[in-house]
Amino acid sequence: MSANGDALVTITIDGKEVKVPSGELLIKVAQEHGTYIPRFCWHERMKPVGMCRMCLVEIDGVPGLPPACTTPVTDGMVVHTTTPQVRKVQDGVLELLLINHPLDCPVCDRGGECPLQDTTLAFGPGESRFVEEKRHWEKPIPVSDLVLLDRERCIQCARCTRFADEIAGDPLISFGERGGHTEITTFPDEPFASYFSGNTVQVCPVGALTAQPYRFKARPWDLDAAETSCLTCAVQCRGALESASNQLVRLLGVDSDPVNQGWLCDKGRYGYEAINAENRVRYPMVRKSTGADGSPGELVECSWPEALDAAADGIQRALDLNGPRSVALIGGARGTNEDAFAWARLAKGVLRTDNVDAQLGDGLPAAVALGLPHALINDLDTAAAIVLLGPDLKEELPVLYLRVKKAAADGGVPLIEISPRDTGLSRYASARLRHLPGEQADTARKLAAAISGTPSASPDIDAAAALLVGRDGDLVVVLGRGDLAESADVTVGAAAALSIIENVKFLVALRRANVRGALELGLAPGFLPGRATLDTGRDHFVNEWGGVPEEVGLDALGIFSAAAEGRIHALILAGSDPINDCPDRALARNAIMASGFVVAIDTFLTESSKRADVFLPASIWGEKTGTITNLEGRVQRVAQKVSPDGTAMPDWRIAAELAARLGVEFDLESADEVTEEIARVAPAFVGLDMSLLRRARDGAVIPIALFPDEIHLGRAGVALQGASWDPILPVPEVVPEDTDDNSDLHSIVLSVSPAVQLHEWDSASPQLPTPARDAYALRLIVGRTLYDGGTWTMASPSLSPLVPESVLLVNPQDRDRIGVADGESVRVATGRGSIAARVRGDLATPIGTAFMAFNLPGPGAADLVDATLSVTDIRVESIR
Amino acid sequence: MTFTTKNLERARTIVASYPRPKSAVLPLAHLAQDQDGWLSPEAMREIALMTGIEPAEVLGTCSFYTMFKRDPVGRLVVSVCTNVTCLVTGGPELLEHLVDRYSDDDEVFVEEVECLASCDGAPAMQVNYEFHDGLTTASAEDIIEAYKRGELVARGTSGGRLS
Amino acid sequence: MSAVETRIITKRIRDRAEDSWTIDGALASGAYEGLKKAIAIGRDAIGQEQVKASGLRGRGGAGFPTATKWSFLPEASFPRYLVINADEGEPSTFKDRMLLEADPHQLIEGIVIAAYAIECNLAFIYLRGEFALGYERLVDAIAAAHAKGFLGSNILGSGFDLEIVVHRGAGAYICGEETALLESLEGERGMPRIRPPFPAIEGLYAKPTVVNNVETISTLPHIVLMGGDEYAKLGVNRSTGTRLFSLSGHVKRPGNYEVELGITFRDLLYSPELGGGIREDRAVKFFIPGGASSQWLIGSDEHLDAPLDMDYVQQTFGVMLGSGAVMVYDETVNPVLVAWRLAKFFAHESCGKCTPCREGTGWIEKVLFRIVNGHGRPQDLDMLFDVCESISPGVMNAPFTQTTICPLGPSAVSCVASLQKYFRDEVLAMCAGPALIPVSAS
Ligand SMILES: Cc1cc2nc3c(=O)[nH]c(=O)nc-3n(C[C@H](O)[C@H](O)[C@H](O)COP(=O)(O)O)c2cc1C
Ligand code: SF4
Ligand code: FES
Repeated sequence: MSANGDALVTITIDGKEVKVPSGELLIKVAQEHGTYIPRFCWHERMKPVGMCRMCLVEIDGVPGLPPACTTPVTDGMVVHTTTPQVRKVQDGVLELLLINHPLDCPVCDRGGECPLQDTTLAFGPGESRFVEEKRHWEKPIPVSDLVLLDRERCIQCARCTRFADEIAGDPLISFGERGGHTEITTFPDEPFASYFSGNTVQVCPVGALTAQPYRFKARPWDLDAAETSCLTCAVQCRGALESASNQLVRLLGVDSDPVNQGWLCDKGRYGYEAINAENRVRYPMVRKSTGADGSPGELVECSWPEALDAAADGIQRALDLNGPRSVALIGGARGTNEDAFAWARLAKGVLRTDNVDAQLGDGLPAAVALGLPHALINDLDTAAAIVLLGPDLKEELPVLYLRVKKAAADGGVPLIEISPRDTGLSRYASARLRHLPGEQADTARKLAAAISGTPSASPDIDAAAALLVGRDGDLVVVLGRGDLAESADVTVGAAAALSIIENVKFLVALRRANVRGALELGLAPGFLPGRATLDTGRDHFVNEWGGVPEEVGLDALGIFSAAAEGRIHALILAGSDPINDCPDRALARNAIMASGFVVAIDTFLTESSKRADVFLPASIWGEKTGTITNLEGRVQRVAQKVSPDGTAMPDWRIAAELAARLGVEFDLESADEVTEEIARVAPAFVGLDMSLLRRARDGAVIPIALFPDEIHLGRAGVALQGASWDPILPVPEVVPEDTDDNSDLHSIVLSVSPAVQLHEWDSASPQLPTPARDAYALRLIVGRTLYDGGTWTMASPSLSPLVPESVLLVNPQDRDRIGVADGESVRVATGRGSIAARVRGDLATPIGTAFMAFNLPGPGAADLVDATLSVTDIRVESIR
Repeated sequence: MTFTTKNLERARTIVASYPRPKSAVLPLAHLAQDQDGWLSPEAMREIALMTGIEPAEVLGTCSFYTMFKRDPVGRLVVSVCTNVTCLVTGGPELLEHLVDRYSDDDEVFVEEVECLASCDGAPAMQVNYEFHDGLTTASAEDIIEAYKRGELVARGTSGGRLS
Repeated sequence: MSAVETRIITKRIRDRAEDSWTIDGALASGAYEGLKKAIAIGRDAIGQEQVKASGLRGRGGAGFPTATKWSFLPEASFPRYLVINADEGEPSTFKDRMLLEADPHQLIEGIVIAAYAIECNLAFIYLRGEFALGYERLVDAIAAAHAKGFLGSNILGSGFDLEIVVHRGAGAYICGEETALLESLEGERGMPRIRPPFPAIEGLYAKPTVVNNVETISTLPHIVLMGGDEYAKLGVNRSTGTRLFSLSGHVKRPGNYEVELGITFRDLLYSPELGGGIREDRAVKFFIPGGASSQWLIGSDEHLDAPLDMDYVQQTFGVMLGSGAVMVYDETVNPVLVAWRLAKFFAHESCGKCTPCREGTGWIEKVLFRIVNGHGRPQDLDMLFDVCESISPGVMNAPFTQTTICPLGPSAVSCVASLQKYFRDEVLAMCAGPALIPVSAS
């Protein structure tokens, strides 16, 4: 039996007998046993099509020349891959592929890392006999804003079209025409606007598809690569980050089976551009009064010691005058685990304040996110059913969307979507349970009851529950904030309702890149690093740190309210921009304006950080090493590929410098030392030291004692360098001698036990009354779009043009009732404020509701939401 | 909207006659072409909507098939075979003659096609998919002129008898 | 065995030329009698007794035994589909068009019998898009058959239901290939599928499917009526019964002839009741049996006296009876011109899915075009032949193999192989000097 339980069969490849899982494709098992059969169209993550004909082999007893990519192995199969007949055919196919291929390699992005070049060298004929005129096409033509197509270079392998259709579910590119005229085509005026378009460039075996951001940026032999994870969202896809001359030029997807399976979204793939942005802040700044009038003055550049002293002084003054409760820290969810840990220690161990939150009122309480029974991404494939109780994954966590889509569309796992309107996954859902904003918990409660055998009054809900009948496996709930216009309590209520179902597990779909790591490391009120609560962890951390906060502090919304009332005297913004990211902009703005002293640790001057008294420039992803924790709790390493331009420092070091000035030495000299320290003191991270992290191919899921099977010691992968048209496999830094045997490790892992009992959520939660909506109002739904006004997107030249315009989506019936046409402007008002917006009719938005995307440039949803209310009802009127 | 009310009705019936809606792409494209004389982007969009697929997929499918004209053509589509029986019985000459003769006539679109399954009467041609064989350059021209005058009416495209 | 027509499936067409396609004309000449008998003898007796005994082999090209094909359907797996291949696009084949236009009821009757035998309730006719008259007559005939209770629910009180959908193709020869046909029927580009799985296991909509040619299915009513054994007495060896041959080119009497298998090519070409000899009594230079996909034969006695026996011609000369087309060329014809036109056809009709066919057919066409236009080089023929070997290794010695997904690739090289076999000197002569061998096209 193989690892996944398939029967093994014995086959012979070129005289070598090997045992392989029955039914696997010949091309794959041959490669795994050292025989590379050349190929162009086959890709391990897509269905085989057998069209390039490069992989033909001979098999005893099988007539003709079967393609290895479509042939499943059977017991006793005897395969020959190098006979004269096979060689001749390989020569022939290559010659034919090349007759119409322009030999413009010197100016082709793929030149030097081109599978067609490489395969020709290894398997091809020496010369071409083709003297006729080659095929000609206009070149290159854009197929989208990010991807260009050179049809002359295309070898018609259908990898891009299959990716778009099978994997992304966006069949916006297709083969057109036929025979020798076959070309990749888009529909007129409908570009390949897929969030995943960059993957087609990566899987293209030639330079037919090139990426606008990378075009002509580098020659492959000048590139230097390091394996890392993307820090754009909380999926944290594995990637190979490449630089040339200390400039990041490309991120390629690495095939990590439990996480991204080779894919990246375009936002993650091209977001690195922000790092090179002109307007990065490269030096520290302090606000200096310029005139004698006592005006606040401007931020001016200064030295690090001056800035750090100023920051420490301001914080110390607040502590001295008003005590720890007057100090607060917001942020820490965009950095590494090491950064988060250092901020937690500064705030809780040094400043002794518990007014700390990595989220901005846009997430879920840490008690819930950390305390639910956790599912892994891989659990989606084998789930009895998946309940979607959260955001539009396609917009917020794109590669998680791919995994859910795959489980539903290819794996037949029933998908139950509980949401107020359609999302990117609705078309794959077996059941769509719609509800008004604010009433999600009610729907969840009825579903839970129906699953437990008490029919609800709703046939839809009962039908959804029936999908589980006769299915084994866990119920996986994907839990996040679907609607930023309603209180998080609504989602908490829904989670509580579902948590009583037997065999339920939760995948916490919070978006900000390292939010899980930040929460796990104590950046939330009531928590200490390593999933310990203030109560359970008190003794342990008093012992380690000398002290912790006395009482549970405020969360972000609480901090903002307190600040707005003048009760926060020092506010630390650790890479956060509340004015843009808090759903209630007025509250956040007032809070920052009213805070006595603000320190911002950031990379850009944002709406929030430009109001700080001290600005400390931080280094970012690509510029620093460390570990991160993805939404399933998987801890992996990130790599430094370039050194920051200017004097930016990693957050953990800034926190340590501040601590030192406030009288506490952290004694941590490198990111690795912080990692070791986390493994030592943070209960949930126990055992996760550098020696394990260096060897674990896919990282490890915390707490490791619960997930020993997730640790795989490295196996040799192909080199990271170069465009990975074949899936790139992760490369461990240290390859242990015995690559297959994890058993020793597992017994070690099982023996580690945390010093402190890890937090579990007690789901008894209050039921919230939902206020009735008056007949003239629409109930607002606020969700995210992938490209938004976020700092990174706006600072990436390739991505910023993709940010959509803010519009109010309403059902066409409501639009007509308001009396406007698509594109006309309306005034949208709540008790919080009012904005002008354009309207568009949208069938995905039910009658009585309205949708607005969060955080698009200009006035928007955040100007309407009052975070103290459980839902947001808007009045809409025409302004003509 | 591309389809006329009557054709929209037919289109719905066609979609319903298949176990899967995507199967209706070719018949709907024929219907649109029979109605409009060509397969316009708007028609492909409408077909995409009716079959629940992307317009790019409709285009991908339709552009595979030579009968679908994705640019407007004349009212009369004259298809002349030059395949191996017509090749030796006057097909190429007939094609050349008709191409020359109607090069300035917007109403007549002359195209070369593969074997029309009319080889016993080679050379052969179709006018809007109506067969004519045993042709000479003169008789072919007469026939086309008869269509132009409306004395002959075809079944296929623009003849409208199939839609 | 005589060099005259043996009219079974063409009987009605010949006898009632004035109204053979109408329901009245058809009923007056015995239509649907086979169906009644089929229902009477029962489902199991049709396929595995009568059709099997008849030795009927597919008339679409490959000559696969029909009963065997049906027997591959997995038991108890429903729905199943029957798809009629009416895409007739093989150059110089025009028999199915005649059957469709002139006797649609014979086909419908065959469909009901086949569907009844294989337990299928929805059948499709994939009709070549250009067959406008055929479409009209089929649609009318289906409506008429419905009205008479030969289609629809509870056909003739048997409890069996069947609907037929006529699906028009749109100009793509490759859609005659059965898996490309199924793709096309599913609304896709007509690109052949990888086999296995074969259509009988996973065909239309991934359900068990039988694809049969128009002529194959049109024969069924007669097999049921005559009895399979009786039918098998016609023909020769494993080529039983009659077949329709589409005779064209330089014969005096081009046309469709239904003859008993086993007569010779000479009979077919020269018999006064059949081809009637070569125009102006010239000599046959070469002829293409079996449609454009087949390799060629020449006007030698050995070739002309070969019997119309599917296996014999395959084994002896590496050619096929294929779709039943026979194109005849007299001594005035330049074989390179014909080869080029065939190459152009295959390059135009290659679906483009596999590299060797997509690129190879275009290359062959370009080189032959150059030769035809007087710019051939001495090395061209051997180079071409080597390119053909990349598409169809061993193309000269049947059974050859193929590097492609479907047989279109190897079909495309038949013409080059034939030039190499029979006209090498003539081609080389064309490649040597500036002079073009003039071609008479009339
Ligand atoms: C390129 C190609 C074109 C074909 N065209 C036709 C066709 O036009 N009509 C047909 O009946 N069979 C055609 N065939 C054969 C079919 O694939 C299939 O064998 C046949 O429809 C089966 O029916 P039968 O068993 O009744 O002959 C073609 C095959 C190939 C490879
Ligand atoms: S051999 Fe030619 S026609 Fe057949 S599948 Fe391959 S490319 Fe298409
Ligand atoms: S045909 Fe097997 S890899 Fe392309």
